Amino acid sequence: MAISHEFSYEKPASLGSALALLTRYQGQAKILAGATDLAVQLKEGTVTPQCLIDIKGLSELDTLAFQEGQLVIGANVTFQALVHSDLVRRELPMLGESALTVASIGVRNRATIAGNICSAVPSLDSAPVLLVYDAVVVVTSERGTREVPITDWFKAPRRTALAADELVVEIRIPVPAVRHRGVYVKLGRYRGEDLAQAGVGVMVTEQNEYKVAFNAVGPVPLRSAKLEALLRGRTLDDALLKQARAEVPSEISPITDIRASREYRIHMCQVMLERALRAATGLLAGKSIDVEHLV
Amino acid sequence: MKKITYVINGEARHLHVEPNDVLLDVLRDKLGLKSPKCGCDRGDCGACAVLLDGKSVRSCLILAIECDGMAIETVEGIGQDGLSALQEKFIALNSFQCGFCAPGVTISATELLRNNPRPTLDDVKEALSGNLCRCTGYTPIIEAVLQAGNEGGEHGKL
Repeated sequence: MAISHEFSYEKPASLGSALALLTRYQGQAKILAGATDLAVQLKEGTVTPQCLIDIKGLSELDTLAFQEGQLVIGANVTFQALVHSDLVRRELPMLGESALTVASIGVRNRATIAGNICSAVPSLDSAPVLLVYDAVVVVTSERGTREVPITDWFKAPRRTALAADELVVEIRIPVPAVRHRGVYVKLGRYRGEDLAQAGVGVMVTEQNEYKVAFNAVGPVPLRSAKLEALLRGRTLDDALLKQARAEVPSEISPITDIRASREYRIHMCQVMLERALRAATGLLAGKSIDVEHLV
Repeated sequence: MKKITYVINGEARHLHVEPNDVLLDVLRDKLGLKSPKCGCDRGDCGACAVLLDGKSVRSCLILAIECDGMAIETVEGIGQDGLSALQEKFIALNSFQCGFCAPGVTISATELLRNNPRPTLDDVKEALSGNLCRCTGYTPIIEAVLQAGNEGGEHGKL
């Protein structure tokens, strides 16, 4: 299908020119990076920008580095780059493992994690890892630069804290100084182009600090303060996991749709939470666990 | 209209495109390269896959104008100096039935074998997980990729 809507195309050579274009178009421009979501929206006519601003020429957005205890991921970094990065594997294996669950190679070669959080669909696979590690989104515009905690980023399905004249520069993920391990468990029908029907991300530190996040079971991905408080400082055992499972239904608000029923999603979140917690603590204890096949 | 340049299957081509032209349509309709197919038209099925600077991408999700100056390889290019070891295996094992998914599968598997000449079964399944085939059940396709890797990998024409 052709794109019937007409727009202009700009590929700025500097960040300054990109920001000037965003200011000039006053919300009528869209940023073009991997375009794996945007191209579908353009074809369907659900977005009708006057201008597309291609940021792939901005090399300052290509950063993938470890700086001052933080993993810095530029807006142009693709999911496949995260999958293949030795740095990611060493510092934050959950990030590469989460990236591997996104669509398939042909999409991951183009799709960016920054674009994923800007599309902000409730099922986005990058949300749990960013939430449990308290990532920060660095955005900039001609008005200045600000840092948005990921917990304040998602406002509603497909709505974020990003203003119309702003551009995501990078995502910063603070890597805990203590030993830690995160695990993302995604419920899908098959590997490949499937969206999450439900997803659970956990992070455990050697001091028994726990972080828990869910995606695809509410209008926005979320952290569970209640579950984190319940688990804090305690060693996992069957009784504690039973209590944790019991808290899940009140922490999430899934709907029934064509992909899964509300009841199934709640049930699977309980199952996946337990498996994720067991896997994360097991990995922290040096066990070998196949995190790709927990469901 | 903007004038752009591609290196398509090793040959520089100049063409004029509109900002809203999709790469798949330009390849098929302006350049006459019919191997990439339009299946789902939303990036789910893999039938439109091509190699862009060596990486498999969904040509239905890319604007033609984005690829100015880049190298694009289609199945026409992979087979232009004779069939690759992979293509020979596809034929020998009768891997396809209707053949609609074959170009996309060939692109994904070629990318895999160039990066990883001796793939495992899991590697092959992962590489092909974005290519839908409604005829074969995948078994003869996967077997051909594995055999091409085992026999032709490092020395074959991939």
